[in-house]
Amino acid sequence: MELLTNQILAGVATGSIYACMALSVVMIYQAIDHLNFAQGEMATFSAFVAWQLMQWGIPFWPSFVLTVIVSFAAGVAIERGLFRPLANASVLTNVAGFIALFAIVNSVTGMTWDYTIKEFPSPFGSSQFLRSELINSHQAGMIGVTGVLLAFLYCFLGFTKVGLAMRAAVSTPESAKLVGINVGWMVALGWGLASSIGAVAGMLIAPVVFLEPNMMGGILVYGFAGAVLGGLSSPAGAVLGGILVGVFENLIGTYVPGAGNELKLPIALALIILVLRFRPDGLFGRNVVERV
Amino acid sequence: MTTIPQTTLTSAATGKRSGILRQTSSILVLLFLVLFPLAATNFVTFQITMLLVYATAILALNILTGGSGQFSLGQSAFFAIGAYTSAVLVEHGGVNYLLTLPIAAAVCFVIGFLFGLPALRLSGVYLALATFALATAMPQLLKLHYFEPWTGGVQGLVTSKPDAPFGLPISPDTWLYYLTLALSLAIYAAAANLLSSRTGRAMMAIRDNEIAASAMGVDIALYKTLAFGISAAITGIAGALGAIAVQFVAPDGYTFQLSIALFLGMVVGGVGWLPGSIAGSAFIVFVPNIAESISKGLSGAVFGVLILLVIFVIPRGARQIAEFLQATIEGKRGGA
Repeated sequence: MELLTNQILAGVATGSIYACMALSVVMIYQAIDHLNFAQGEMATFSAFVAWQLMQWGIPFWPSFVLTVIVSFAAGVAIERGLFRPLANASVLTNVAGFIALFAIVNSVTGMTWDYTIKEFPSPFGSSQFLRSELINSHQAGMIGVTGVLLAFLYCFLGFTKVGLAMRAAVSTPESAKLVGINVGWMVALGWGLASSIGAVAGMLIAPVVFLEPNMMGGILVYGFAGAVLGGLSSPAGAVLGGILVGVFENLIGTYVPGAGNELKLPIALALIILVLRFRPDGLFGRNVVERV
Repeated sequence: MTTIPQTTLTSAATGKRSGILRQTSSILVLLFLVLFPLAATNFVTFQITMLLVYATAILALNILTGGSGQFSLGQSAFFAIGAYTSAVLVEHGGVNYLLTLPIAAAVCFVIGFLFGLPALRLSGVYLALATFALATAMPQLLKLHYFEPWTGGVQGLVTSKPDAPFGLPISPDTWLYYLTLALSLAIYAAAANLLSSRTGRAMMAIRDNEIAASAMGVDIALYKTLAFGISAAITGIAGALGAIAVQFVAPDGYTFQLSIALFLGMVVGGVGWLPGSIAGSAFIVFVPNIAESISKGLSGAVFGVLILLVIFVIPRGARQIAEFLQATIEGKRGGA
């Protein structure tokens, strides 16, 4: 029983990272109807920025905040410079744009900080959380930070003027324009937020998986799995989907004999295919009907 | 709705818009490809063999994207399945390497067909997502310890290079080159025919307007899945040929980076323009060599910048350049 609780809590901890990735993918998907395949690489880049700041002697939390701000600005800049001009282009052109972004960010990260594995400090340490045998303090920290982030986003999108304007711009762009909302900038803001959320995920997972240019590749696939499971049209669903995927992954790793680390990605892949086959709108998504 | 602007395959693929210029340039390219091994070293011959291998894989992606308007980020996975099918059969089954090619095609066709089935009923975004996951998961799938007795796990498999048959007095590299050339030409001709056939027209109808196509009685799911399966099969043949030429397969040779490269090859060559596949392939074979000699890890950035350059400046890739050259030359002739 203790093993089960232990594994579920550990699953929630990694799941909260998948939830962040799923959320940032869904935010951009809702705004521009495209999947950001470079989300993982952007998050890796952010984690490297934080690492660099700490190498320069800045303590963890100031580096954390600075990185979130830098990532926000970078997200807005990418939207303005790259995807705004492609807004009316075909799906293929947009996918090409994301692939290009993936290749460039991955390559620049590798060239700047090389491909050796780096250690990333955890602000929470790795002792047992509150002397409990169930969870260590970094895992508790991952859950805590994600919780704070989600609460912040909930308040921002639900109760502030800018947040409501963002939601309006995403759900009905034409009507939003008519009531005076600057839809273009709202989309850019969405990019900035998604990029910041990804940065938080990257900085939280880096102490666990170690820092290297390809570290988020697999994690993004898990984020996609979470987003698909929860439904691409539902941010709350994406968060829940991400956490479920994390728990599911841990339980399989523990209770299915022979399924260790090496089955991680194949499980995510199978999950994506199963959801697409049997419930393509996800657990919480709406079926979008297109007008002919 | 996935429409690709300005790609009318029929004219290029069937050669209705014939011109003396086009024919002469095709013949010149063909002559060069047939004759050059006589003068080249084994290494250069090997490189051009790989160029043809990648050109075939890009052609397969072109059939899928240019033909039926869908895209796959998982081509590296089918390339890997083809390569491993061939290598495992040769090493553990003692099968003749030539026989492994159709087997690789069949295996990839079935896997592609089954994989496409759930994703293809949905919009293009889901297919891109599923294939992205497939490409990322493939190296790990190949490393699985359940398959290790056959696949060699992380180490991969080393195969031996086949000699030229019938005692032909040419080196193994040259023989493989001609084999690859013959096969890729055959696949090229078959692809051009496919696209101008009833099936090809059905695919292009889906590409241009799915709803209109289904109203005309085109079975959308069938043709989409078929296009995906055919594309996977051809990619599998390319992968198998690549494995035979390189004599080595390993999981980390088939990462998502390979999918990016093939995608770049298609975009640079011009989406939906079959002859562009070879131009795109030349890019992905030679550009990394140059870029990596300048700085390690640079090739990814160069690939990315090239893709952006193409989509912003010359959206139809090499096709646009070819047409521009043709117009310039014919314009001069007309003026004289």
